[in-house]
Amino acid sequence: MSETILDMKDIVKSYRMGDEDQVVLKGVNLVVHKGEFISILGPSGSGKSTMMNIIGCLDTPTSGTYLLGGRNITDQSQKQLARIRSKEIGFIFQSFQLLPRLSARENVELPLIYAHVPPQERKIRAEEMLKKVGLEEKMNHRPNQLSGGQQQRVAIARALANNPTILLADEPTGALDQKTGKQVMNLFKELNQEGNTIIMITHDINIAKYANRIVNILDGNLFEGDVNYA
Amino acid sequence: MLRENIRMSWQNILNNKMRSFLTILGIVIGVTAIIALISIVQGVIDESNKQFVGMGTGRVTVQAFGTPLKQGLSFNDIESLSQIENVTGVSPNLSFNSSVVKDGNVVEDVVIEGKNEVYFKTTEDVISRGRVFNILDMESKNKVVMIDTELSESLFFGRDPMGENIIINGTSYSIVGILNDESSDDIMSMIDSSSAPNGKVIIPYTTAMTMAGIGNIFTIEIIIDDTNFMDQTIDKIESVLNQAFNFKEDSYNLINLDSLLDMMETLQGMMTAMLTGIAAISLLVGGIGIMNMMLVSVTERTTEIGLRKALGAEPGSIQIQFLLESIFLSLLGGIIGAILGLSITYIASDIIGIPFKINYTAIFLGVGFSAAIGIIFGWAPARKASMLNPIDALRSV
Repeated sequence: MSETILDMKDIVKSYRMGDEDQVVLKGVNLVVHKGEFISILGPSGSGKSTMMNIIGCLDTPTSGTYLLGGRNITDQSQKQLARIRSKEIGFIFQSFQLLPRLSARENVELPLIYAHVPPQERKIRAEEMLKKVGLEEKMNHRPNQLSGGQQQRVAIARALANNPTILLADEPTGALDQKTGKQVMNLFKELNQEGNTIIMITHDINIAKYANRIVNILDGNLFEGDVNYA
Repeated sequence: MLRENIRMSWQNILNNKMRSFLTILGIVIGVTAIIALISIVQGVIDESNKQFVGMGTGRVTVQAFGTPLKQGLSFNDIESLSQIENVTGVSPNLSFNSSVVKDGNVVEDVVIEGKNEVYFKTTEDVISRGRVFNILDMESKNKVVMIDTELSESLFFGRDPMGENIIINGTSYSIVGILNDESSDDIMSMIDSSSAPNGKVIIPYTTAMTMAGIGNIFTIEIIIDDTNFMDQTIDKIESVLNQAFNFKEDSYNLINLDSLLDMMETLQGMMTAMLTGIAAISLLVGGIGIMNMMLVSVTERTTEIGLRKALGAEPGSIQIQFLLESIFLSLLGGIIGAILGLSITYIASDIIGIPFKINYTAIFLGVGFSAAIGIIFGWAPARKASMLNPIDALRSV
């Protein structure tokens, strides 16, 4: 097996709701190796989003250990978490989350700015990433001049820009029609074949099937499903 | 990174031009008010100070009303005043109107002024030609006279008046000097100049006293050497005058331009403080406007902040971006205000008739104030933005 890049042990996440604690993740274990394409499949309310937040270092677990790229994420400051996100995680959101005032290229440059990449290099890298997702013709277009599929491609280029350890996608086809959704999923497959590790959160079994491995999440517990639907 | 933050902040201000403009309006008005009011007040006061100084500082004017038994100051009093430490000299002022005759030409209503040698020593550019009076002219009550160009033209049109004689009150006087038209008037003659349309002559004051048939002097100017010891010197002058008038109340009046100048300075300080206070209130209101706009902006851009954080923005970076935005807004207001304030000052100076001078203190005050307001009122919203939880921020879509 190749290198372990994500290792979660007994992750518990609980929120305080009024007087009682609500446990959302109940001792989750997950190991991801480099180059995997894994779907986390679950209905709404299963703890999917919390799972994604913790994987994406947007949130820290209540207890348990989380190693990402060999580093313990469990007790890091906001500032350190920001740095880890910048280096390790490439986010892809359901609603693309592009800044409307910026061109496609500027949107892709955004994570590079926060990673302190110098301007010249930023431009080159952003253009390279946009070429990779097939948008070399649309670099200076604003998001509202692009179709939904194109916007999600820009978002993917942005996620790839810092060459992150994990591409973390949250319902990446949720806002797309079926045909474009398919195209985007094929792009994911390509990227995975090029060696990118992808973790995708979804409620849609058909989308989840694009992954090599499916993990089911239900009521805060993780089950390894029948692997390799595809 | 800072460059990127500056660019992003600036971009955001430009993206909301109308809103940004309305937000900074309060600051613009405040800074305009500070700069225009302070500059104009300063200009007016400087100008009037200059006029007062032109009339002569380092001088004390004494108006002697006298007592029923003693009217005005005697030669002895003047001598005693001259002896006071730190007094350069005493220059009597007396003037009356009379007619002047030359070869049958009569000019009515000419101002006759009596002066002594001290006046010529302490006043510059009294004459344009000829000689001034000396102490011998005083002691011998010489019949010498200086005339101004107006009178010269009335009596000697086209001829040189120097060395000629004129007749005042039946006595012949020899012209020894021509008065300079530009000569700066002293304060007393300005006050007296109510009726002097037909020219002016100066004769030795002793001669003038004889001509007017008076034995005492009613107004004198005491010239002070070192104005740093003004107060002590004035005390001594008062003690001499009190003795001269037997300590009778209201027997004389001291006019001291230096104390008037001091008063003006205090007044200016008070005016500036008051105007700054008023303008500061308007800046405060403007600052609250900026804070309000920044809070709206943070709420509006919650998702953007969340996204930036997810993409690796540190809380500090977000804070700086928003803080810079409010600083830019208020500085922009400050700069526009400074330009407007200076324009208003320029126009007002022209209308009032004072020289336009750029008041750097006011500019520094106005622009500095507005930058401070940007920091103070931008801090809370920027902090709020930096503390936003990226999860909540992203969920709000």
